[in-house]
Amino acid sequence: MSMRDGCDKILLLQAEFDGELDAAQSLALTQHREGCAVCRDAWQRLQATRQVLREKASYHTASATLMARIDAALPALATAPMSVPRQASGRAVQRWSLRRWWQPVAGFGFGTVAAAVLTLILLTPVQTVDLADLVVASHVRSMQAGHLLDVASNDQHNVKPWFDGRVDFAPPVKNLADRGFPLIGGRLDYLQDRNVAALVYRAGQHVINVLIWPSAETAALPPEPIERGGYNIVRWQDGGMNIWAVSDLNATELKDFVATWKAHD
Amino acid sequence: MAGESRPTEMEAARFKAEVLVHLDAATNLARWLLRNPVEAEDVVQEAVLRAYAYFSTFRGVNARAWLLQIVRNTAYAAMKRTKGIHMVNLQDDQGDRDDHARGVDLVDSAGDPEMLLMQHEAARQIDDLLAQLPVELRECIVLRELQELSYREIAEITGVPIGTVMSRLWRGRRLLSETALAKEAVR
Repeated sequence: MSMRDGCDKILLLQAEFDGELDAAQSLALTQHREGCAVCRDAWQRLQATRQVLREKASYHTASATLMARIDAALPALATAPMSVPRQASGRAVQRWSLRRWWQPVAGFGFGTVAAAVLTLILLTPVQTVDLADLVVASHVRSMQAGHLLDVASNDQHNVKPWFDGRVDFAPPVKNLADRGFPLIGGRLDYLQDRNVAALVYRAGQHVINVLIWPSAETAALPPEPIERGGYNIVRWQDGGMNIWAVSDLNATELKDFVATWKAHD
Repeated sequence: MAGESRPTEMEAARFKAEVLVHLDAATNLARWLLRNPVEAEDVVQEAVLRAYAYFSTFRGVNARAWLLQIVRNTAYAAMKRTKGIHMVNLQDDQGDRDDHARGVDLVDSAGDPEMLLMQHEAARQIDDLLAQLPVELRECIVLRELQELSYREIAEITGVPIGTVMSRLWRGRRLLSETALAKEAVR
């Protein structure tokens, strides 16, 4: 069938899928997609293909042997310090294995991000530190080693009861594994003087935190995207709950996650 | 190397922090291009040595894309040299033009493609499918889906216009999706 009955917007659709469109283009494309069966179908396939690739295709990392070979080929590199040009002379220079400089760099990068967020929060005048900042801070904190999960489970029937007695409400827990967003667990978090439930999902190599707490109003509010400090947030209200999804996913992918979440029962 | 201006100690430190941190990405790309772990390691090592030699002239901001570009060029040179790797000539220019002209598809389906893809249990299977893609499509898929690079970065690394990247990505994804379906169908 159908190499012939494609849609001429298909590469645009793919660009939207890859987070390459600006807001105006993205909006136009979303409207088109609603009316175009070809594009809706293609979007599903793009998602399915991405999910399989990111979850199952092999990612080959550098072996210890390779790192040792590079060390051996570039002794200047093996002994060079991380950032300071001076090295104590006269002392036997200890060879750095590649693995050893590798990790501090990763840690440094992360520490920088965390510090930046913290600075943003501490230095911003009090009245402008809003919930979005706190939500991002919660996300950043969760990404530090050992902070992500209090309960690790991909089964919503384990995660949901875990919150009983820990929060005074019943958060909606959904496993979206078959839609490309596996639930990996939950966590108790604390925002603006109250306990909130944090559900943790994976999207490829990214983590999505969904923070949930009861709302004062019962009216549903549609999803609203927010960008803060390089992170994307989508917040909405539903079933008497405030729900905030936060991630370093791009805006399109996060929007897609939220749509999937909302559509799932 | 005697007589060449070697990177200073300061540059060596910068090279580690800016370039060598992307060694995993380099390895992954080389492995997927060459489909052979031994050759891939040789290529990565050669590429890193080259990058190191040229580092003092690197003025860009995106060291990862720069390293991956060198890895890719080294890998292609190795493939030509050994001829051990089957190079597929897809007449990409023609294909790319066609895609732009009339739009392409991947949307015929009998059954629910999503479910079928999902039911593909073994990682080995998707590895096999990806490994069988023509190299020009495979590299785009690896850079986009496994390295999560932008179109611009992929265009820079592979040395083709962004439009070509888009069209190759599309064809790669379509082929993966269709091959997965076909495999499922013959069971």
